[in-house]
Amino acid sequence: MIAEALAVSAVLFCIGVVGVLTRRNAIIVFMCAELMLNAVNLSFVALAKMHGVTGHVFVVMVMTIAAAEAAVGLAIVISVFRHFGSVDLGSVRMLRG
Amino acid sequence: MKTALDGSIAEYAWLLPLLPLLGALINGFLAIAPRLSGRGTTGTVAERELAAGARHAGTNAIVSIVAPGVMLLAFGLAVAIFATMRGVALEEPFVRVFARWMPVGELVVDWGLQLDQLSILMTLVITGVGALIHLFSIGYMKADPGYARYFAYLNLFVAFMLTLVLGSSYAVLFVGWEGVGLCSYLLIGFWFSEKANADAGKKAFIVNRIGDFGFLVAMFLIWATVGTLDFVGAHQALAGLGGSAVLLSIALFLFLGCAGKSAQLPLYVWLPDAMAGPTPVSALIHAATMVTAGVYLIARASPIFAGAPEASLLVALVGALTALFAATVALRQWDIKKVLAYSTVSQLGYMFVAVGTGAYTAGVFHLVTHAFFKAVLFLGAGSVIHALHHAYHHTHRHEDAQDLRNMGGLSRYMPATFAAMTMATLAIAGIPPLSGFFSKDEILSATFARAVSSPLANATLLGIPGRSLLYAIYALGIVTALLTAIYMTRMLLMAFTGANRTGAAEQEALHEAPAIMTGPVVILALLALAGGWLNLPTLIPIGPVGALEHWLEPVVGASAARLSGTAKLSHGTEQVLVGIAIAAAVLGIAVAWVLYRRPLQDKAHSPADRGFAGVLANAYNVDAAVDAAVVRPLDGLAGAVLTRGIDVGVDGTFSAGGGILSRTASLIGQRLQDGDVGKYAWLLAAGALAMLAALTLR
Repeated sequence: MIAEALAVSAVLFCIGVVGVLTRRNAIIVFMCAELMLNAVNLSFVALAKMHGVTGHVFVVMVMTIAAAEAAVGLAIVISVFRHFGSVDLGSVRMLRG
Repeated sequence: MKTALDGSIAEYAWLLPLLPLLGALINGFLAIAPRLSGRGTTGTVAERELAAGARHAGTNAIVSIVAPGVMLLAFGLAVAIFATMRGVALEEPFVRVFARWMPVGELVVDWGLQLDQLSILMTLVITGVGALIHLFSIGYMKADPGYARYFAYLNLFVAFMLTLVLGSSYAVLFVGWEGVGLCSYLLIGFWFSEKANADAGKKAFIVNRIGDFGFLVAMFLIWATVGTLDFVGAHQALAGLGGSAVLLSIALFLFLGCAGKSAQLPLYVWLPDAMAGPTPVSALIHAATMVTAGVYLIARASPIFAGAPEASLLVALVGALTALFAATVALRQWDIKKVLAYSTVSQLGYMFVAVGTGAYTAGVFHLVTHAFFKAVLFLGAGSVIHALHHAYHHTHRHEDAQDLRNMGGLSRYMPATFAAMTMATLAIAGIPPLSGFFSKDEILSATFARAVSSPLANATLLGIPGRSLLYAIYALGIVTALLTAIYMTRMLLMAFTGANRTGAAEQEALHEAPAIMTGPVVILALLALAGGWLNLPTLIPIGPVGALEHWLEPVVGASAARLSGTAKLSHGTEQVLVGIAIAAAVLGIAVAWVLYRRPLQDKAHSPADRGFAGVLANAYNVDAAVDAAVVRPLDGLAGAVLTRGIDVGVDGTFSAGGGILSRTASLIGQRLQDGDVGKYAWLLAAGALAMLAALTLR
């Protein structure tokens, strides 16, 4: 049971990583990051069955922080869109040396 | 340890070095004070110069009181301590420790002073002769812009010299030893705006480094062997090691130090150049006191040298060779100070013969009488140079004021100086009953007596029996005595008799030195006359016999006995020896009289130095040889290392290499941080993977 849950978690995480690395759209990159967080959450929950309640506590904490992060992140995306007129990360390169 | 001096005036011995040190501080402050306060003066240039002149005169007046004042106070204190010591029988040295200097593990070195018969004698000579030379300097340096600086150095020198002779351990002695070296350097290069003078100072310092290396190694060996550097403790502990290899090495390394400081072969090369300093400095440092520090050290370390007869033989041999070598060079020098410089090297050789043969009293005796008559000669030469310098200054001619060829007939202009220098010349030549005769004769007859029968004669040096060596040393000593009489008489006749060669216009300006200069010279000349009474031989009992011998008995008596045994020469032999010594002196004077009775008519008539005379005039070309063999290769090596090694190699590699390195690093950073978030994410992922791999794939 745990093995299957961890496998799903790993697949979800890899999907998230590939999405972050390959996509240019800030919203999609953001969503993929959320996917990675939730993949980790899944493995926490699965392992909590073996190692006690600590895993659940972590999950609650990650979800809280993810909520806060979503609020800040989406606000940044909106201001990026207002500034550059696009949410393509390739166009946000003002700091290149 | 309780001694008879506890609670007496000897408890104030610490004032002896501190008084000149105080003088040095005051004069040193006065020397730099104008530079500290001279800024921000207003007024015209003329007004400012007037103010500076007035300030200068005021400063000089204070210096003229302070500098000789502290010397006279120190001399008074030394006399008081000496008087107290005469009243009590002091068998053990009086040692006072004032502070802990270096407690490092087992090595504990204290700031301590040691008063005994030897150190108080040296103190009397240093402060007495020193005070007279300070007084002379007031006249000699009167017009010099560096007046206060000069006296600051001179006072500092005396403070270090007293530290040297009063120190209670090898370490404290070494402080004084290095301190006088520093002051010697400062005073040789006193007129440092001329490169030759500054170079002479550096030469003295560097040559002395070689000797100081020996002294340091000797100290390391002493400490490693007995665990203390105090004279009392170390000598007690070393007494049982007589004849051992370690004692021999200590003695040899100590002698290396002495040879450097006291200008013996082969480290004498710095002393003739040291004449670049003001002449009173030559009198005080390079004749009367500092250069005799080596003789003092061997007398002080006599328990070490008595336990190493081979080293003692070497000391005597080197001394005899130096005496002869320098005397031959002095025969053909034209510079009046060079004659005296080589003469000093030669006389120091005599002192080393004495301390080498275990005749420590004779060595110290000659040290004292030499301090008297050589101070007269140098100060007299100073008066002559002073007079000639002023004469040439008067007529604005640029001539060498030290060249004997520019002198002649000066006895008419400078009768007091002439009288004093004649006295000193007869003393150094060894004419009885002047002081030099007694001290030199004691050295020569002591050498002969050791050769006839003594433990030293039974020792060997590199397979040569000590007896033959001692006879050879005696013969060298007699030849040197003959040469001494010749070159000194030559100098005297050249400078003071015959026609004057200074120049027709200059003769108007030639005059005797002021009283502040002639006074000390005359006092020293009287001392040179009467110095022999310090230690009269039994053969000539015209006063208390062997006073110095008795006085120094507690310090060096035991060591002298170990080297020389108890055998005495018969009266008949002694009379013959005295006769030979007097004959050598008289013959030397006669030869010089015949050769130089009618000196040069003028400078142009001076004979060219051809053949061997030329070699002598160039001092055997030793300087050129040292230059070619040591200085140039070292200079070239240093140039190669510094220019090609450091400048081009290290500096080039590091500055160029550093530039390339930082440029490459910045290029990499620039490519990485180009603002592309996707690239950052890739790198992040790659990093995370790498860390994961590092953690799991072990």
